[in-house]
Amino acid sequence: MFAFVVQRLLQAVIVMFVISAMVFVGVYAVGNPIDVMIAPDVTQEIRQATIRAYGFDQPLWVQYGIFLQRLASGDFGRSFVYNMPVLGLILSRLPATLEITVAAVMGATLLGIPLGMYAGYAPESRVSKTIMAVSVLGFSVPTFWIGLVLIFTFAVNLGVLPAGGRGNTISILGVQWSFLTTNGLMHMLLPAVNLALFKMALMIRLARAGTREVMLTDMVRFARATGQSEWTILSRHVLRLIAIPLVTVFGLEFGSTLAFAVVTETIFSWPGVGKLIIDSISTLDRPVMVAYLMLVSLLFITINLVVDIVYIALDPRLRARKTT
Amino acid sequence: MSTDMQALVPLQTPMRIFFDEFLENRIATVAVTVLFVIIILALSAPLITPQNPYDLATLVLTDARRPPGFVGSNGFTHWLGTDAQGRDLLSAIIYGLRISLQVGFTAGVIAFLLGASLGTLAGFIGGRTEALIMRIIDLQLSFPAILLALVLAALLGQGKWQLIAALVTAQYAYFARTAHGAATAERSKDYVEAALSTPLTPTRVALRHVLPNCLPPLIVVVTVQVANSIALEATLSFLGLGLPVSEPSLGMLISNGFQYMLSGRYWISIYPGLALIALIVCLNLVGDQIRDQLNPRLKR
Repeated sequence: MFAFVVQRLLQAVIVMFVISAMVFVGVYAVGNPIDVMIAPDVTQEIRQATIRAYGFDQPLWVQYGIFLQRLASGDFGRSFVYNMPVLGLILSRLPATLEITVAAVMGATLLGIPLGMYAGYAPESRVSKTIMAVSVLGFSVPTFWIGLVLIFTFAVNLGVLPAGGRGNTISILGVQWSFLTTNGLMHMLLPAVNLALFKMALMIRLARAGTREVMLTDMVRFARATGQSEWTILSRHVLRLIAIPLVTVFGLEFGSTLAFAVVTETIFSWPGVGKLIIDSISTLDRPVMVAYLMLVSLLFITINLVVDIVYIALDPRLRARKTT
Repeated sequence: MSTDMQALVPLQTPMRIFFDEFLENRIATVAVTVLFVIIILALSAPLITPQNPYDLATLVLTDARRPPGFVGSNGFTHWLGTDAQGRDLLSAIIYGLRISLQVGFTAGVIAFLLGASLGTLAGFIGGRTEALIMRIIDLQLSFPAILLALVLAALLGQGKWQLIAALVTAQYAYFARTAHGAATAERSKDYVEAALSTPLTPTRVALRHVLPNCLPPLIVVVTVQVANSIALEATLSFLGLGLPVSEPSLGMLISNGFQYMLSGRYWISIYPGLALIALIVCLNLVGDQIRDQLNPRLKR
């Protein structure tokens, strides 16, 4: 077990190094950031001075070395556009993304699992078929288009919800939160629903498939024989048996939503991390892109590592296979 | 493959049964029909559209942003309205479908060829090489495909082939995973041993004998991934990272219409979106049906 964890940790570190090199070289290849930073009509001297100040005159591998050195001390550099430390910039945008992500994933889970379990419990009923039809739509319809339709319906036509922005926020320990004001909640609603639809479709499918399988087992037959109500069987026994894959997907989806609310944030002009990365791609803000990609990779590698270790810890069969 | 087909046709069993079973599902049949109609529309776009949306000379700016049913100065009716450049939306949508299909299918097929060969070979070779390849693929699969595609599209720059390259890189891993699973199951079968005992090279055995037997699960992945590439392409174009503006795909039409949505001009975004959804939903429904038919556990 210990050897396995160490081996995986080492692997993760190597992967992070490879990714950092790929990200650095890849991002380096995009455009010429110097053109973004200074006006085209400045003198040659100022141009050269700026290039030198940012280290763009050094060979690529020297820049990479400096970059790694800084990374080790937690310094991701300064944003060209916002002229502030990148790490601080990303962290300042994180709460906004966190807010809608938590709202969306929680909503999707709390609604999706009961709906999916019902669809698996009574697969032939009309309600179940409707649920499944909705989940196929949730899978197929691109998020950005649903976002547009939501804006058109609720903001333009009905005029009941705002089309974008965060609304009023309340500051706690210097961090702005929207979910504490009514106005902020109204602003959160559409983006959260937009983010949640795909995850809900996923949860419905997983819960349905699991429930269908479990309902056919002897366990359910015995539970019924003991006179328990169908409700007790579903909520006490079936739910527990289908929980493991659901929890895994919940974790992975949480990570990917956090890293990738780009589309929703762009449509609803939600000032989160996703909006930041799209803006930095279009303005060629290199340090922001590099830092964002590194942090996202770190997030995913950590999630994978945890999932791997938890699986090994939970499942003795996997443990036996890995050590041999 | 061709010799296999000749052997099958006189018997008329597996293919025949497959199609009959497929047609029993009414929803899937409708989906296939709609798909065919869309493909035919897209292929014959220059013949049937009232306007060539790429020909800037035919565009009249005074006709811009007109609602559906508007009779333009060119004398024909814009059944779905016009966009900000005065393009007939119906024509633009049909041309957009053409681009979406082209990009989606090309990316899907290349990803399939690449991923399936890699996965089959890995499953066939075994040992350290297999472990390494599959570890890389698993790692890639743990990142959301859209993230990879977004980063690559941003790095490679705009253009059709750059976009396709980004989509292929984001998607080949799904094929590799599926092919690997199927190939490991095939490897222990007797016919593989038999083929290997002949002077054929292992690569040839893997690609010509094992791979075709791994095809059924891969076909399902193809339909789903083509749908996914189309959705991904639309999303990237919507974010401004997809195709160049000179060839508006559906995603770009939707994106262009977005800014007019707030003033109530819904048609510029909504109709291209409906076309896109029809395409993706039909592909997914067909994929679902094929998967159900190929899944032995659900056999009646």
